[in-house]
Amino acid sequence: MRTAYLDTLYELANKDKRVYALISDNGAIVYDKYREDLPSQYLNLGISEANMLGMAAGMASRGKIPFAYTIGAFLAYRAFEFIRNDICLQKQNVKIVGTGAGMVYSALGPTHHSTEDLGGLRALPNLTILSPASPLEVKKATTAAYGQEGPVYLRLGTNKEPEIYQEDYRFEIGKGVTLREGNDATLIGTGSILKDILDAAELLEGRGIHTRVINIHTIKPIDKEIILQAAEETGRIVTIEDHNVIGGLGSAVAEVVAESGKGVKFKRIGLGGFSQGYGTYAEVKEYNGIGIGRICKEVECLMCT
Amino acid sequence: MEIGEIAKDIRKKIYQIAHFAGGGHMGAAFSMADIISVLYFDGVLKYDAGNPEWEERDKFILSKGHASYALYAVLAKAGFFPEEELWHVGKPGSRFGGHPKMHDIPGVEASTGALGHGLSFAIGVAYADQADGRSSHVYTILGDGECQEGSIWEGALSAPTLGLDNLTVVVDHNKLQAMDDLEKIVNMKPFAEKWRAFGWNVLEIDGHHYGEIKEALLARETKKPTLVVANTIKGKGVSFMEQVPIWHYRMPNSQELPVLMEELGLTEADLEKREVQD
Repeated sequence: MRTAYLDTLYELANKDKRVYALISDNGAIVYDKYREDLPSQYLNLGISEANMLGMAAGMASRGKIPFAYTIGAFLAYRAFEFIRNDICLQKQNVKIVGTGAGMVYSALGPTHHSTEDLGGLRALPNLTILSPASPLEVKKATTAAYGQEGPVYLRLGTNKEPEIYQEDYRFEIGKGVTLREGNDATLIGTGSILKDILDAAELLEGRGIHTRVINIHTIKPIDKEIILQAAEETGRIVTIEDHNVIGGLGSAVAEVVAESGKGVKFKRIGLGGFSQGYGTYAEVKEYNGIGIGRICKEVECLMCT
Repeated sequence: MEIGEIAKDIRKKIYQIAHFAGGGHMGAAFSMADIISVLYFDGVLKYDAGNPEWEERDKFILSKGHASYALYAVLAKAGFFPEEELWHVGKPGSRFGGHPKMHDIPGVEASTGALGHGLSFAIGVAYADQADGRSSHVYTILGDGECQEGSIWEGALSAPTLGLDNLTVVVDHNKLQAMDDLEKIVNMKPFAEKWRAFGWNVLEIDGHHYGEIKEALLARETKKPTLVVANTIKGKGVSFMEQVPIWHYRMPNSQELPVLMEELGLTEADLEKREVQD
């Protein structure tokens, strides 16, 4: 995802001199090509996220398009008020790019995990939140973020995510994507965990359960239509996210369903607290109850009730 | 009008705004009234009140946003909007609140109020202008209490690193904060030396001396941002407010009001109830 993002940013910055890569001393080697070829559109502001975002807002007020990048946790938590007041309140055209979504930095522990970023940021007015699921989607989301005037938070994983799309498709901010058809239950996910969800859907298929899989790549504004259609047609919804169950995708989907008056069987899968333990990303997901086995189990549970 | 007269008029307007609004951060506004008057009315800041978005303008960012009444008074006097609007600050339908909001108010370059934001924003503006090869200058006023915010020191490190000689930061150094003397709450001494050590072109002035203010606002040093430590008196202009912490946010009572009116040169007519014009 990181490479896909940087390649896209490189292309955009080459075409448009208003585009700036701002970083907070994170992404050493990966920025090599960019800083070599586009030194005047590159700024490493050091380990000072608040200053980076305040400055990005100031630059945007003068017509620049800064993409401010570092680990999402440091942006969303440390610099929250700068995102709120300097970027969102003033509607500045800043792209806030948080890498290391969820527990991707599995062995680094909870200080480096972006597991409450969506919950915090979702309430902010004027902010569009994108959470792409694969390298191809990162390219499209980055381009869409550039094309949309105003504040955008782009939630990226790291660099090992597999591609989940077999072919090209139309990416539109605010429009979810149905990755798999099915009418027994709907699995709704966001970010790179979609790959696990698709694997779980395949396993469930083998057990005779036909699940629909929806990718919500835009957390805000959320695609109500695709959610309500799934509610109506499948009657069961399970949300899966590498994020706390409070405030993120599951909450957003629950809000849509609850306000529609359509009663469905509903389960949120996500973290119940801070992430626990260390290991590979897959191991940490499993340990924290958001692995493939858990997804299958929860769907089967809903099928029995 | 001579600059001293202008500053006096700005102080009158600051009180009038507070009077009609029913409250406000007057001490902080009076403290920087002379600085902002020189900035706007003594040939320092380049602006066009009729065209607030003029591309070649200088920018002023009020980082200590709670001193908004000083900014509003100055912008009205400069002609950015009709003075009558000042008499409805904080009221339903008004575009003016206790803290300034950009886009809503012509001439306001940043929405401030939460402390520790304006410096980084100003650095971004200065950096963008420098990248575009503009000759325009960026000014910001910080409170000295505001300098207790960690983000100020992130900006303090950043601006000299970026060599922003198109940036001038004035610290309104009145040595008081909301509850007490600055030094009793957080020891910030030696204040000017800290900025000097961070790589700024540091000047120390009397923040109520018009000549010193103007000279400092026009001072430049190649490849270095300028930091002006303006020694000021909080509540300056009203004897009973001067250097008394409670006047950070308070309105005068019936005994105090006549003294204030006398000292600021306000008449009964200046404080008569005004109807909102639609």
